[in-house]
Amino acid sequence: MRRVITTTMFAATMMLALPIGSHAVEVQSLRGGEINVEKPEAAPSYKQITAKGGIARSYETQPPLIPHTIDKDRIDLKSNSCMRCHSEKNFEKEKAPKVGDSHYETREGKTLATTSSRRYVCTSCHVPQSDTNPLVQNNF
Amino acid sequence: MKGTLGTIVFGMTLGVIGWGGFNWSLELTNTEQFCISCHEMEDNVYQELQETVHWSNRTGVRATCPDCHVPKEWGYKVMRKIKASNELLHKMLGTIDTPEKFEEYRLTMAMSEWKRMKSSNSRECRNCHAFKSMSLDKQQERSADRHDPFVWAELDGHNPDMTCIDCHKGIAHRLPAGWEEAVNNDPILRVEAAAE
Repeated sequence: MRRVITTTMFAATMMLALPIGSHAVEVQSLRGGEINVEKPEAAPSYKQITAKGGIARSYETQPPLIPHTIDKDRIDLKSNSCMRCHSEKNFEKEKAPKVGDSHYETREGKTLATTSSRRYVCTSCHVPQSDTNPLVQNNF
Repeated sequence: MKGTLGTIVFGMTLGVIGWGGFNWSLELTNTEQFCISCHEMEDNVYQELQETVHWSNRTGVRATCPDCHVPKEWGYKVMRKIKASNELLHKMLGTIDTPEKFEEYRLTMAMSEWKRMKSSNSRECRNCHAFKSMSLDKQQERSADRHDPFVWAELDGHNPDMTCIDCHKGIAHRLPAGWEEAVNNDPILRVEAAAE
């Protein structure tokens, strides 16, 4: 998943960078200042950790964190590999937590037989963890 | 007498050259270079492979197209090569020559390959992966738990009742839309809930 995002970001950067490279003078901010467009540094890759029995929520409405690696998982238009275990059809067989009930509701409050399309991209809210020092300390 | 000996030597030489030449050209069609000489393969499945662990990994062992898609044993290999003439036909017909057509046929092609792997008990997977050589304590716990009964079955001399491809689908290429329903409705591919 991360690699897909990295590739997409790289492609997007290249698309931005190419025209800028050839007309460097023409690109200015609205106030006339120069815009410094550089390829962003690639995010360092951290080892995703696994936690037996899941990770406890830090606050009541927190989307549960993913206690396993997801680097081989893929969510795209055609398939969502998270659902191989977490769907209403497979969770019992795979002994995995089922997708939350709220995820079956449409925006209008109608309950569907399968997950609502607005909840399709699991990793928008649910993320794996790695054992690192926080970049910014906070007291939340 | 002299003529007979000459004929035998001549026949042997011809045999060596003919047989060697046949195998040599067969091996030429068994390379990644050959596979991706068709844009259908290079633009779709080959790109997808490069995102996976079979392409790049910690130990630097790479599996290329023929490692999974062509049997190593000679008899099975030749059978597969004969069946591949159908693929040449479709290359000429242009069945999958655009990304849209490829997507349309992806499920059909995936199902056919899954069936081939399942009916050979995942033979090509097992060229590298064997239950007997799995170190379960080096696997993640959830993987180890699931492999454990099969490892023991094999160590005890039984045939494990599931095969690699039963679970490990879509590991080297993207999964087609609707694959789960298609697999559950297929008499060969369907996996009955494993008895615990």
